[in-house]
Amino acid sequence: MRALTYHGKHDVRVDTHPDPQIVNPRDAIIEITSTAICGSDLHLYDGVIPGVLKGDILGHEFMGRVVEVGPSSTLQVGQRVIVPFTISCGQCFHCRNQEFSHCDNSNPAEKQDVSETLYGHPMSGLFGYSHMTGGYPGGQAEFVRVPFSDVGPLVIPDHLEDEKVLFLTDILATGWMAADQATVENGDTIAVWGAGPVGLFAAQSARVMGAEQVIVIDHYPHRLELARKLGCKVIDYQQTNVLEALMEMTGGQGPDAVIDAVGMESHGFENFNPVDTLKQKIGIGADRIGALRQAILSVRKGGRVSIPGVYGGMSDKFPTGAMMEKGLTLRMGQTHVQRYHRDLLRRIEEGEIDTTFLISDVMSLEDAATGYKNFAYNQNEWTKVVLKPKWEKGRREAGRARTETSLGTGTEVRTEAPVHA
Amino acid sequence: MDRTRSSRLSEQKLVAAAATLGLGALAGLAAYSYLGPSASQAQRHAKTPRLTDDAPGRTARQARFGDYAVTGRSVTINRPRQEIYAFWRDFSNLSKFMENIEDAGESEPGFSSWTIRAPLGQTVKVKSRIVSDRPGEQIAWRSTEESQIDTEGKVMFRDAPGGRGTIVETIISYKPPLGAVGQAVAKLFSAEPSVQARRDLKRLKMLLETGEIATNRNRRGEGGKYQQQMSPV
Repeated sequence: MRALTYHGKHDVRVDTHPDPQIVNPRDAIIEITSTAICGSDLHLYDGVIPGVLKGDILGHEFMGRVVEVGPSSTLQVGQRVIVPFTISCGQCFHCRNQEFSHCDNSNPAEKQDVSETLYGHPMSGLFGYSHMTGGYPGGQAEFVRVPFSDVGPLVIPDHLEDEKVLFLTDILATGWMAADQATVENGDTIAVWGAGPVGLFAAQSARVMGAEQVIVIDHYPHRLELARKLGCKVIDYQQTNVLEALMEMTGGQGPDAVIDAVGMESHGFENFNPVDTLKQKIGIGADRIGALRQAILSVRKGGRVSIPGVYGGMSDKFPTGAMMEKGLTLRMGQTHVQRYHRDLLRRIEEGEIDTTFLISDVMSLEDAATGYKNFAYNQNEWTKVVLKPKWEKGRREAGRARTETSLGTGTEVRTEAPVHA
Repeated sequence: MDRTRSSRLSEQKLVAAAATLGLGALAGLAAYSYLGPSASQAQRHAKTPRLTDDAPGRTARQARFGDYAVTGRSVTINRPRQEIYAFWRDFSNLSKFMENIEDAGESEPGFSSWTIRAPLGQTVKVKSRIVSDRPGEQIAWRSTEESQIDTEGKVMFRDAPGGRGTIVETIISYKPPLGAVGQAVAKLFSAEPSVQARRDLKRLKMLLETGEIATNRNRRGEGGKYQQQMSPV
């Protein structure tokens, strides 16, 4: 089969791999019809997540048809499913507590040592990510082996097109959980850092949950335009003093809850970010926490901090004083997709949630390397890339993020060679 | 051209990293020698009688007892006590989740025989007398004189609080061949009991809770001995 393969920092290629087989009783094999590039794939692409090896198949947002099942799978051949990016057994302490991304049993025992040393506890298995999370082959491919297929995959009715439900696998559920963990209450202002897919979905979720005001902070005009179309207010941090603006936009009180949808590769020159950037570049496992620092400083006293953005290492200049003295609550973590996906599917079916507004490009899996490059370097226009394993090389269609906005076009990187060469 | 440039770059990176880490360590050391506990404070500290704490002995900073290295691990498994005991008591099951047990069984009643994988392709044979067998509670064993290593151990089963299943606790003490050096070498090959106990108990938990042992391998036959014989359905 063909699959998007990691070759090194800023070097991914579509290679041929052996087709996956049923290996364990609860497995299923899915023939993928649509898969997407996630913002966290860009952390892998940028080489800031440890434990990604040459030859690994990436991709953790994917859906398709069941083509083969193991004897203990509850799926049936022919069913159309979305597959959560978190691999969860359904039987351990954490799964029974609906903490699916903390599953004890999905990361192979010999892969758990690194994260257990680094974090005190091992991580659970994720598709197409790091070997710290199992090194499972991902879904930017023609086929994928899905372990515990009786727990994760959700069957999708045929009348819903792929693009509408694909993001249940990760970013929609992640944005929803971010707003859920921020706890939206009557009259609340929720501020969201990062107008990428997760930030946009978090902002939409906060509005659906009844927030009075949602303010999205970014510097890409087109991405801010998408946020504004959702009914959010926007702040361009390159034009505006964010802390002052948030105070003035909330009657001098500050946002009730803040959401960091940026994560470990924060941009900008404030908030000690250049120091973090330097340390990250020389490869000593540092996270860039500029956005998080600003969020913690801006949230009101007694406020809530929700962190869907990915972090993996260590950080310093972490504002413990502000956290303690303002009495903040911090909630974070990889998404418990299986906790939310049924409810979110219903909301999609009922038209309560728009899931396709952020797609900028739909293209062949064969052109995935071009998709990565542009998603990484043309972030203004390339807001979300969907890959089609069945499309012939070169076929590409513009998504609603381009056709329905005024700023949706722009230059693009069209080279096939790695950018760093 | 390009190659020299990139190698120079990575050299610079290395120097920068070393400088950042090294300077930090130096500064820390200087600060500690200046601000750290004074001699009298350290002496006072050493003279204060210690309270014997509640932690298991194997978690002591110096977990060696005479010539014996002691290691142990606990895991909570969401299955009934009797079921886990019965699974363990059938010693032929041990090789299903223990990486270094090539073969195990009850060679004669009251004795168990194990073939254990050791570093560099060696195997070690151990014959143990079962010195305690309390159904649903514990199994303990001690190696006989015919064994190639001197070891004893036990596994205990007790109900986890709040209906969380069973806490399985293993304790193994053994005399490492070649003492501390042998232990260090074994660790290097991941064949040392403390490394093994950790992974083995995780696999036991996987097998009993989910019916299978997690693998990232995509093809049958690549998953090693833990993968069940599967034929396509």
